[in-house]
Amino acid sequence: MHRTKVKVVEEALDANNTIARANRSDFDRAGVTVINFMSAPGAGKTTLLERVVADLPGVRVGVLEGDVQGSMDADRLASLHVPVIQLNTDPSFGGECHLDANMVRSAVPALPLDDIDLLVIENVGNLVCPAEFKVGEDTRVMVTSVTEGEDKPLKYPLMFRACELVLVNKIDLLPHLEFDLDRLLYNIDQVHPDVETILVSARTGEGIDTWREWLMALATREGAIAAG
Amino acid sequence: MHELSLSSAVVNTVVKHAKGRRVEVVSLRIGRLRQVVPDTLDFYFDFVARDTVCDGARLEYEIIEARLRCKPCAQEWGIEIPAFRCPTCGGSDVEVASGDEFEVESIEVEEAECIAPR
Repeated sequence: MHRTKVKVVEEALDANNTIARANRSDFDRAGVTVINFMSAPGAGKTTLLERVVADLPGVRVGVLEGDVQGSMDADRLASLHVPVIQLNTDPSFGGECHLDANMVRSAVPALPLDDIDLLVIENVGNLVCPAEFKVGEDTRVMVTSVTEGEDKPLKYPLMFRACELVLVNKIDLLPHLEFDLDRLLYNIDQVHPDVETILVSARTGEGIDTWREWLMALATREGAIAAG
Repeated sequence: MHELSLSSAVVNTVVKHAKGRRVEVVSLRIGRLRQVVPDTLDFYFDFVARDTVCDGARLEYEIIEARLRCKPCAQEWGIEIPAFRCPTCGGSDVEVASGDEFEVESIEVEEAECIAPR
């Protein structure tokens, strides 16, 4: 026996990226704009979706709900009469802490792509792994909440850099917290200069109109690209 | 914690290139911005590699320092903390010159000796 060195030079996540491209071309063909929606657990992703999905005039929304276990979030959204597909990473994917392109691929046949314009893929709550795995999205949006600390952008730069929009949630709690909002916004800008941010409270509804308008503009923008 | 997912990606990539040969060494190029902890990757790799041609293989690391480049003013700088604004012009049109890599650079595999005369 002898040893041979084999040159490889391949991005280790190439396999995932290839499947993500296949997903994206399926979504593009159906004219569906796709958001990969990410945050830490409990930041308010589902509530922020509940606030807007049934109220986007002319934009039909579908949700792909990723969770390790259970369908609590999917049930909440389904009660708003939007199509929701549940994807659990536990039984078939070994309890993964994120969605990858292959998991989303497995859900594509179940998605009513002809009946929706905007698909929100709600990722598993986690600030680390979801940032590494493209799933076929057009854009990425994340939620950070003011109960999480001002230093999060510096600790999880991959996630903050990957997103086009950062929703800063739970601002109704600011009077009760020792939280420096300017510091958080400064840190976000350090890690991802000029990234768009919207201050919101899913509870009081503050900022929700701006979040809704952002989604409307996105659906129009991507739709225009697809048509052109 | 993402090292578990990343180690699976490494094993899948290596298995594809090993073509059934037993793998002894896997050389990786990893950029600082990927926030990979080599010890943690070693730990998960040992586990994920079981029952594959990578079982018992050793990981070697080339860590690539993070460098950024401001597109308008061409300033280039290294970063210790994640600050992505140009220190010279304050601009935000900044690209990563290096430090984003997560590549399998090469592998060392065992070949059976060629018995046929040359």
